[in-house]
Amino acid sequence: MRAFSYDRPDSVDAALRGVANQPGTTTEAAVKFVAGGTNLLDLMKADVMRPDRLVDISRLNLDKIEEVDGGGLRLGALARNSDTAYDARVQARYPMLSKAILAGASAQLRNMATNGGNLLQRTRCYYFYDTGTPCNKREPGTGCGALTGVNRIHAILGASDHCIAVHPSDMCVALAALEAIVRVTGPKGERTIPFADFHRLPGDTPHIDSTLAADELITAIDLPAKGFAEHSTYLKVRDRASYAFALVSVAAALELDGQTIRTARLALGGVAHKPWRDPAAEAELAGKPASLENFREASRVLLRDAKGQSHNAFKIGLAERAIVRALAEAAGVEHP
Amino acid sequence: MSQPTGPASQGHAHKQPAPPPDLMDVTLTINGSRKTLRVAPWTSLLDALRLHLDMTGTKKGCDHGQCGACTVLVDGRRINSCLTLAVMAEGRTVTTIEGLASGDALHPLQEAFVEHDAFQCGYCTPGQICSAVGMLEEGHARTDDDIRELMSGNLCRCGAYPNIVAAIRQVMDSQAQKDGGKP
Ligand SMILES: Cc1cc2nc3c(=O)[nH]c(=O)nc-3n(C[C@H](O)[C@H](O)[C@H](O)COP(=O)(O)OP(=O)(O)OC[C@H]3O[C@@H](n4cnc5c(N)ncnc54)[C@H](O)[C@@H]3O)c2cc1C
Ligand code: FES
Ligand code: FES
Repeated sequence: MRAFSYDRPDSVDAALRGVANQPGTTTEAAVKFVAGGTNLLDLMKADVMRPDRLVDISRLNLDKIEEVDGGGLRLGALARNSDTAYDARVQARYPMLSKAILAGASAQLRNMATNGGNLLQRTRCYYFYDTGTPCNKREPGTGCGALTGVNRIHAILGASDHCIAVHPSDMCVALAALEAIVRVTGPKGERTIPFADFHRLPGDTPHIDSTLAADELITAIDLPAKGFAEHSTYLKVRDRASYAFALVSVAAALELDGQTIRTARLALGGVAHKPWRDPAAEAELAGKPASLENFREASRVLLRDAKGQSHNAFKIGLAERAIVRALAEAAGVEHP
Repeated sequence: MSQPTGPASQGHAHKQPAPPPDLMDVTLTINGSRKTLRVAPWTSLLDALRLHLDMTGTKKGCDHGQCGACTVLVDGRRINSCLTLAVMAEGRTVTTIEGLASGDALHPLQEAFVEHDAFQCGYCTPGQICSAVGMLEEGHARTDDDIRELMSGNLCRCGAYPNIVAAIRQVMDSQAQKDGGKP
């Protein structure tokens, strides 16, 4: 690991001063927050990330899980993933989120990982990690090793000629389906970012993962009142039964009137540069009976523009079947 | 992690190498004793234990959070000591495999690992045992499948998994009995 300096400010204001006057987005910043450290320190050991200075925020008073007016829940940015997943309110009101968090990483890592850090974890693309290969995300302008290389784990939706990496988080897929709100604070005060606008597609600037500015801090993630507790699930398909990143994952949530779908939410992980949601696929389900046939139709709509790379075309069929199964489980409909 | 490559080694001849950041003092309670160390900011907690304190019970497998060999308990919770910095542990209480026995009396999990032959080479064992201590403390495991899932962060190259599950199961059951059926 390269040399860097370290500071542990004791307030949010002091932490913000620590990252002040940095232009651009947080991905590009030379002074970085460290929370759980499980992604940043890993990438620093691999020499992929090279901050000059770390500002340790792990002890700031942002680790609570609290009720908010209107029936939602506020997840502190520094609450640990394990404490969030096992929180009785999260389990009862947002079981899909609890399940998604517990499907990720290991118990040790979840004890360290924070909610804010989970949002900003970076891709697990092999070429991003291997500094001996080209990667537009790591070194803009060098090219994409995965396009013509080994791309089994890569994107089938929303990719560009510059980058086909996927966002690896499980938690974020459930947060996308729940339409969570990211609360941030910076030199200009507080602002909120709808979850759909937090991460971005690669386009021709794949080195930028999110819309968070370099001088901003995530303080919390707000869950709206609607938790879809009765009819929702998180399904993760991966190479091992545990402790592996998703090839494809699905957060599926339904509101039902009897057997008729009132509202549907669908978010996919492991398929794109951000958790993938598609209003057209969700609209396809609204007002229709909860049946395997309709679930299949919705999956076809969602995957209509899916494009396989040389090693990952299997993900298209896999995603289709995973969507149908997740919706069936959420609805309590029998499935093969 | 113990050998940082400073900017000077990157061959930017035109650029003045940045002065190395100062060493920092860290005070920790490790297995009941207070220790103060002087470490570079980039020293992992794992390297601080092994290289600065000569406590080599905690193992380095992957150094990337993938194998669990470096598992220790910080303030009673299991974590991967390779993915945290020593300076981040300031003031914390750390328990390693060396701190589990009381004198010659092994911790029940250590006993059970011996009894069930839950290792072959033994390299993963300190991490497995610390992780199991943390898992039992968390209290979310009920079945053997739960144990497998919640211990999946600890790999064993020798494949001692069935015996590891059996050892943990035994301690879990005897604790449940002691607690009068309370899970
Ligand atoms: C072996 C392994 C397996 C894993 N498997 C999975 C998996 O299956 N599924 C999954 O979802 N994840 C998985 N993970 C990733 C893990 O979930 C993330 O590493 C973790 O969530 C990151 O959180 P952290 O607090 O440790 O972040 P850190 O490493 O501390 O920080 C990550 C980034 O976020 C920034 N940051 C952190 N907090 C804030 C804040 N409040 N405001 C602004 N910026 C902030 C930091 O500056 C840094 O750039 C795995 C990790 C490992 C090592
Ligand atoms: S050495 Fe820390 S997890 Fe492998
Ligand atoms: S006993 Fe050899 S690695 Fe587990």
